[in-house]
Amino acid sequence: MADSVSISKSTAEPEKTVIASRLPTLGWFGQILHSRKATFGLIIVGFFALVALLADVIAPYEPTRMVGRPHEAPSSEHWFGTTRQGQDVFSQIVYGSRTSLMVGAMTGTTVMAIFVIVGITAGYLGGWVDDVLSLLTNVVLVLPALPLIIVVARYIERSGPLTIVIVLSLVSWAWGARILRSMTLTLREAEFVSAAKVIGEPSWRIILSEILPNMTSLVVSGWIGAVVYAILTEASLEFIGLGDPNLITWGTTLYWAQNNAALLTKAWWTFIPPGICIALTGFGLTMINFGIDEITNPRLRAQ
Amino acid sequence: MTQTELQRIPVRDTTKPILTVRDLQVEYKIGRGTCGAVNHVSFDIYPNEIFGLAGESGSGKSTIAHAITRLLKPPGYIKGGSIKFMDYDLMQMDAESLRDFRWRHLSIVSQSAMNALNPVLTVGDQIIDAIVAHEEIKKEKALNRALDLLQLVGIDKERINSYPHQLSGGMRQRAVIAIALALNPELIILDEPTTALDVVVQRQIMEEIQSLQQRFGFSILYITHDMSLLVEFAHRIAIMYAGQIAEVGPSNQIFQNPKHPYTVRLMNSFPSISGPRKKLQSIPGSPPNLISPPSGCRFHPRCELAFEECLIINPKLVKVGQNHHAACLLIQEERSS
Amino acid sequence: MNQLGQPILEARQLTKHFHAGSVMSRKIIRAAQDVSLSLYCGKVTALVGESGSGKSTTARMLVRLYEPTSGQIIFKGENVLKSRSRPAMLRYRSDVQMIFQDPFSSLNPVHTIRHHLKRPLILHKRVSSKSELEYSLGDLLNRVSLTPVHDFIDKYPHQLSGGQRQRVAIARALAVEPEVILADEPISMLDVSIRMGILNLMESLRDEQNIAFLYVTHDLASARYFSDQILVMYAGYMVEGGPSEELIQEPLHPYTKMLLSAVPDPSRGLLTRSDVEAKGEVPSLAAAITGCPFAPRCDRVMPECRVENPPVFQVSEDRWTRCYLYK
Repeated sequence: MADSVSISKSTAEPEKTVIASRLPTLGWFGQILHSRKATFGLIIVGFFALVALLADVIAPYEPTRMVGRPHEAPSSEHWFGTTRQGQDVFSQIVYGSRTSLMVGAMTGTTVMAIFVIVGITAGYLGGWVDDVLSLLTNVVLVLPALPLIIVVARYIERSGPLTIVIVLSLVSWAWGARILRSMTLTLREAEFVSAAKVIGEPSWRIILSEILPNMTSLVVSGWIGAVVYAILTEASLEFIGLGDPNLITWGTTLYWAQNNAALLTKAWWTFIPPGICIALTGFGLTMINFGIDEITNPRLRAQ
Repeated sequence: MTQTELQRIPVRDTTKPILTVRDLQVEYKIGRGTCGAVNHVSFDIYPNEIFGLAGESGSGKSTIAHAITRLLKPPGYIKGGSIKFMDYDLMQMDAESLRDFRWRHLSIVSQSAMNALNPVLTVGDQIIDAIVAHEEIKKEKALNRALDLLQLVGIDKERINSYPHQLSGGMRQRAVIAIALALNPELIILDEPTTALDVVVQRQIMEEIQSLQQRFGFSILYITHDMSLLVEFAHRIAIMYAGQIAEVGPSNQIFQNPKHPYTVRLMNSFPSISGPRKKLQSIPGSPPNLISPPSGCRFHPRCELAFEECLIINPKLVKVGQNHHAACLLIQEERSS
Repeated sequence: MNQLGQPILEARQLTKHFHAGSVMSRKIIRAAQDVSLSLYCGKVTALVGESGSGKSTTARMLVRLYEPTSGQIIFKGENVLKSRSRPAMLRYRSDVQMIFQDPFSSLNPVHTIRHHLKRPLILHKRVSSKSELEYSLGDLLNRVSLTPVHDFIDKYPHQLSGGQRQRVAIARALAVEPEVILADEPISMLDVSIRMGILNLMESLRDEQNIAFLYVTHDLASARYFSDQILVMYAGYMVEGGPSEELIQEPLHPYTKMLLSAVPDPSRGLLTRSDVEAKGEVPSLAAAITGCPFAPRCDRVMPECRVENPPVFQVSEDRWTRCYLYK
């Protein structure tokens, strides 16, 4: 007897929303490639990741060395021209991608860890634990993040990337925690959770094995969102001079460009490339997020 | 004001159908391919009759309702066929005329419509909205008509200012039926109207619908999977399987003298509350995949009476009795022998 | 039912009150009141009622998903509510299992069938080696007629039909080798033509393995088909009980009569009026009710019905009802 699947929405059974990911976690990645948006985003982000990985190979010069005349326009020797200090902009961009992406990824991962733990615990345990964690979440949520980061960064003398990662992580987990808590509340009432209890599964296994896998798309989305936020905020911090100006990141390149009156001198090649890179990376990551949305909510799929 | 403005629908030629569906084909374009949800379906509905459309999941019955009312949403589309309602050709009408036509002549109560009531409008307002949208009528007259309608469906007149959440499930379903009746249409489509309700409330509503139908003479296309309900309430029943009509005829004939193997097995698979206790069997297998349905007769993989031709030929409906047709090669075999 | 011997699982005066509403307006939902029933090995007991009757609540209390507000659950002579310790709960769960109503949501969409069946086997130590596990998995699928096994074992729930999923749910319950199975509306969400297959499967399990079944349903017709005794619930109370066929042929309680008249009956045909007019609706469980909860809808209501809820009256050896008409 051939395995067959009913196609149309059954009218014998009431409408049932399939919870979170309709697909098993492993076949999931293959599904991403079905979405044009996500594939496009993946290509962009993948490209930058590759550049960051192969920086030593790709960059023609050392980013901090003076290798040309100041403010040279783009040429065959210097694809993106040179800075005021005569440094090769292209090499700066290439090496800068490393720090920017790393800060983004590390922050994203830390934020993800925090919001997963807080969100699920609050949602599953309920009671006073939920009350306390929700209060904490709401407080962090309304904290003005950027001013706080600026204050902290000012306070700490030389704020390197690690400081930024820590500070960013501590203030941007709240939104993800809220969403996961909400999803956990819904999943907690799902019949397969009741079934797992009746079979005798202990609570920790229910959380990790029954509930969490149904939220992978939310968790991944949250991670991506945090990464985008981290990259952009880090660049902003460095641009206003709160980072370590001696580091090479996209943000510091912008900082120096601004410091050196790039607009005035019309040295567009010193600030447009880093700006585009930041924007493109953010765009690519967001596209991946849209793709994930499409997968989990098929109604959003393009016709 | 006691005189209801709902008049008894003028007796028309009862030999001419009010709804004629011929060769209807509806498809859904989904990722993996094209799903043929409705495959060359033809049937008629006559004035003053309750016509039941029965089927399980994937049979296409709800799709037909949406197709007839031209409310099909993408990725579904009508591939072919004709739908004629009295003098109207529903396939040729544009959106504006369809909107005008709907509710005036043809209304629909869709599945869980009681949950589709606007939660921020009172029940009375929603009925009045429906009336005013289709007729040039003064608001007070519309209000009086709404009050009459509520009374007709068994809701206290004072509930006219209630919000949907203040009414029970049964009440809400009655309100939706009142909206469907508002303009005295000739045909009302009921798509699983009582599935979400308790059996006692279901009985109340079915009996009310029945008496309203007898009183005002409109026809009903009643779509459900609950066969026993249909046999009790419908005059004629069409049994759908995998997007096609397997059998159609008077309800007592379908129940007592089914001819299509699927109908036979189906009638044998629901337990009865009266009569002898007999051993029941379910039909092995599952409804077929409509993207690539079985060749020939779509029921043959599950039919113990299938023979070679069944894999090749998709049978058409043939007459097996007075007003009774079934689509099975066995019947044609009997004829020819 | 004396000839059946000792019940394996008994509920004694189980009551469940839920608390709802905010701090400002506390509401008590009286989902189940004073429910007593007995389940016997190799017998099916049907718990019949409409929405708000308390039948699902009762089943969930019996499987210890809800803790009763008061009352006792006696399994093999012992009151199991005495302990909530993990070992005690696990032991109970290896004896009493549940099948849920919705085959689409009682299986976790991210796990394969293998996972669903493996977990109970491992949790309750039914297997001690990989080969034993493989054997048991195959055996379980065979018992619910999901063959060939390799066609199903590594599939995900969305790849199976409703009926197949429900069979997996039954296999999962069987994995722990229970003595009692509580089936909460196991077929109401399945296509009509496959419902009987599931009921027949449960019937054969009852016969072959002497399992005690509680069949919770709103469908009297299938209760008549499948069960040995029927218990009727209304507004949280049990209002009538007795052997299935007898209860169907000669109902005692006015609600049972109304229910029977309301069930669609094809042999009744068109235009015949029912014996008892279907009237009114089930009451809200949030308000305290004085007297018999069915009084507002009853055509045989008497003054004393509105004063106090009737106690159980034993009408004959195996028939009882909560109605003053049978005092």
